[in-house]
Amino acid sequence: MSEKKKLRVATTSLAGCFGCHMSFLDIDERLIPLLELVEFDRSPLTDIKHCGPCDIGLIEGGICNGENVHVLREFRKNCKILIAIGSCAITGGLPAQRNHLDLGDCLTEVYLTEAGLAHGHIPNDPELPLPLDKVHPLHEVVKIDYFIPGCPPSGDAIWKFLTDLIAGKTPELGHGLIEYD
Amino acid sequence: MISDVDFHAAYLDSILDRYGHAATNLLQILREAQEHHSYIHPDAIDYLIAKLQVPRAKIEGVASFYSFLHLKPHGEYRVLFSDNITDRMLGSVELMQKMCQQLWIEPGKMSEDKLVSIGTTACTGMCDQGPAMLVNGRTITRLTHQRVQEIGQLIRNRTPLENWPADFFRVEDNIRRKGLLLGNTLAPGDALCAALVLGAQNIAEALKTSGLRGRGGAGYSTGLKWEACRNAPGAAKHVICNADEGEPGTFKDRVLLTSHADLVFEGMTLCALAVGAQHGYIYLRGEYQYLLKPLQAALQRRRDAKLLGKNILGHAGFDFDIVIHLGAGAYICGEETALIESMEGKRGVPRNRPPFPVTHGYLQQPTALNNVETFCQAALAIHMGAENYRAIGTPKSTGSKLISVSGDCPRPGIYEYPFGVTVREVLQDCGAVNTRAVQVSGPSGLCIAESEFNRRLGFEDIPTAGALMVFDDSRDMFEVARNFVHFFAHDSCGFCTPCRVGTSMLKQTMDKIAEGHGTKYDLSEMENLDRVLQTSSHCGLGRTACNPVLHTLKRFRPAYESRLKSLDFVPAFDLDGALARARQMTGRDDAGAHIKAEET
Amino acid sequence: MNNTSTFQLDGTDVPFESGQTVMQAALAAGHYIPHLCYHPEFKPHGSCKLCTVKVGGRTAASCTMPAEAGLEIESDIEELNALRRTLVQMLFAEGNHFCPSCEKSGNCMLQALGYDLEVHTAGFRHMYPDRPLDASHPDILLDFNRCILCELCVRASSEVDGKNVFALAGRGITKHLIVNARSGLLNDTNIALTDKAMEVCPVGVILKKRVGFKQPIGERRYDKRPISAQALDDAPRAPSGAKHE
Repeated sequence: MSEKKKLRVATTSLAGCFGCHMSFLDIDERLIPLLELVEFDRSPLTDIKHCGPCDIGLIEGGICNGENVHVLREFRKNCKILIAIGSCAITGGLPAQRNHLDLGDCLTEVYLTEAGLAHGHIPNDPELPLPLDKVHPLHEVVKIDYFIPGCPPSGDAIWKFLTDLIAGKTPELGHGLIEYD
Repeated sequence: MISDVDFHAAYLDSILDRYGHAATNLLQILREAQEHHSYIHPDAIDYLIAKLQVPRAKIEGVASFYSFLHLKPHGEYRVLFSDNITDRMLGSVELMQKMCQQLWIEPGKMSEDKLVSIGTTACTGMCDQGPAMLVNGRTITRLTHQRVQEIGQLIRNRTPLENWPADFFRVEDNIRRKGLLLGNTLAPGDALCAALVLGAQNIAEALKTSGLRGRGGAGYSTGLKWEACRNAPGAAKHVICNADEGEPGTFKDRVLLTSHADLVFEGMTLCALAVGAQHGYIYLRGEYQYLLKPLQAALQRRRDAKLLGKNILGHAGFDFDIVIHLGAGAYICGEETALIESMEGKRGVPRNRPPFPVTHGYLQQPTALNNVETFCQAALAIHMGAENYRAIGTPKSTGSKLISVSGDCPRPGIYEYPFGVTVREVLQDCGAVNTRAVQVSGPSGLCIAESEFNRRLGFEDIPTAGALMVFDDSRDMFEVARNFVHFFAHDSCGFCTPCRVGTSMLKQTMDKIAEGHGTKYDLSEMENLDRVLQTSSHCGLGRTACNPVLHTLKRFRPAYESRLKSLDFVPAFDLDGALARARQMTGRDDAGAHIKAEET
Repeated sequence: MNNTSTFQLDGTDVPFESGQTVMQAALAAGHYIPHLCYHPEFKPHGSCKLCTVKVGGRTAASCTMPAEAGLEIESDIEELNALRRTLVQMLFAEGNHFCPSCEKSGNCMLQALGYDLEVHTAGFRHMYPDRPLDASHPDILLDFNRCILCELCVRASSEVDGKNVFALAGRGITKHLIVNARSGLLNDTNIALTDKAMEVCPVGVILKKRVGFKQPIGERRYDKRPISAQALDDAPRAPSGAKHE
């Protein structure tokens, strides 16, 4: 192999379920050729806690709290290309189904009205991130360069998208790989 | 005690009788029903379903299309401030705030005692004597702090509108410059006599020779239109006068219908003669409801003088009469096919064309539909002779044009010029100084800067339906464009995807920039929206909805750029503000409970 | 003159019969033009604008444009496909289209068009309108979140079923679907499972209860072939346009 510089890739999950990361692992043995082309920065795969300068950032999940905003900004600042992956990152997804409800009503219902573990108070520990009044897709908070739709996108779709991108082509999924569900 | 159904039946029966129990008159029936009960009661709808054989969903669909019709209570007094940019420049926003404070209510909401609601409405056509408002559909002009306070008091005292000072309702003509139309000395019937001498079959030809083009903005040859209508096969032909003068900044038709109604009717009757029509209609915008009674009286005078009705002027078989349809707050009904839909008692959605109204218009019959001013000009052209008429104006824009002048000038009002007049000349005549920009032909028209003031009004250069709004160097052209963009979003009929969604997105983006969240990204976003709206919208509203932004961006770019952040992208909402609800619920205010703005 | 009954679509001759629109003639002859509110069994409506084509530099909705001899029409060009992509994106941003939880997913025309046009995101700010469901009917669910206002159910209920169960209310961005009942609830209308209006929704608004997700993923309509291929299967529904005005 030539000594071409590997592309640095970071990944994270915000208001998501890690399903897109699981799907990423579904590229299976293709991880090996992929690792000839890329190396991982911050990612659940590496346990690096903060993102350094990267070529590509992959983010699953939407923006539902203050901490999500900080992480998203960190990625935007460090990644030349930022990719939203999966329904939640692209549309807000399942967490955004609360968007037609008032946040205060949600918190009251969960922590005050319903019997539960919270002992009748809304958690206010400064360690906890505060929820935003609405859940937003990533592109409403920072500029996003590419989107890989799907809930989750299949391993094949992620593979096709990334290999197109790394090869310098406009990524295209095509029938069978593009899906929103 | 009478039952609810009987209560509604009592007033509905007389309305239904007057409108022949015809579902095609649904809009008129609903409008009058609302006059009796301040809103359209569900029991009234039950009664109409039975009597008109129209399903409830359709009735609700029609009622909810028009801004002035209500399916829910909105207060005994409904106050609507005219929200054109010219009203705003005269202080309407502050006046509305003051009135809301005085009456302890929020804009758009009904007071708890169900007495009053206050909101805004699109331009009411009183730009030369604004700020203006509508109270229960009645126009009030020349609002001042004092007048607004008096109105608040009258409402609190539940004084009936009939007992309010007459001066509140006074509408001035403000005619500043007369030409062949406004200076005409024709007696009722003069033009008709000339037409009868000319012969019915020669009228369209004479108009073609005169070069007369429609005054509503599109500028189609009136003679060609009438000829096509005449030649179209059809059992019953119709003449419709488009008096739905909704383009913000335009009020010339108001003046013509106030002081030259006979000439309008004369032109319509002449059209009926030319095309062989027996039925005429005026579609009068709801905002001009105060003109309904005087117009009906004028029609009666003409019937008494044998200028309407059977055997007009003693000519056997020359039968024609005119009825007035009132609109109910929908700008889109100024589009001719939407107007026809509305006249048929439907939602005012523009039709697919072809076929065109000249062959398939009102009730699918051949219909000659023209603007108020066009009918007047047609009568004048026939009376003075095609060649004489043709000598006025320019080769491709013959005759004269009424211009409604408003905005920053000491003499707003109606100016009549032969076509070909320069913008600069109009500005000089109205006394405008330090003019930064002129909006010609309303929000869908053209915005020009000082360097273009020598351009001429006419189809060769700047076509116009007649509005001319003046902005001096104290005005922020970004805010002008934003007002127009809000107008289009409010008045999109919602039929086609690009206009329904695109005008709302455009409004969101302009608001985003106004709130200080704009970047270059948003400017390119608006260019993208413009491309989509221009190429795929169903009608002119969508196709021109981006014009205010495009024109001001081109000429007054700093007004936009001074508002933009230097970042590539900024969210449309305040991120820290989006945590406020959570801070309130948890009682937290530590550093982690906030999101800092990104550095520029 | 010869060739009085053909026009050109992207350089290919398309025969037509008098009274056909460009869309009707194109589909009948086996040429696909993307569309959403058009349905071969109903009078063309022209509201979604997905089928916009270019004729002599001007643009028009091909579903309502009368076919004329000699027209030179462009459809499958990047400029128009970009326009169609944006229109699809607008519809996704306007409503609440959460495909992963929609039982119409895989059989949805809006989604299938998004796939075919390589739409990866709505891109615009989502409007997240509040559109409560109507679950009042024992057998039918209405999920207004997905409504794209194509009026196919309105047309089917009125023209075929003779019932007028559906209508549109409001104006502009507040335009919405309503049902024909004083209560505003579907259960108080005379809709029936056998109504044509039950079949025509291109998205997931009008749903039969208790049958959702029966088709496994992979076997749903648009899992198999893209919509551009399948629309042509539908075309014979309009045999040479003979049934059309």
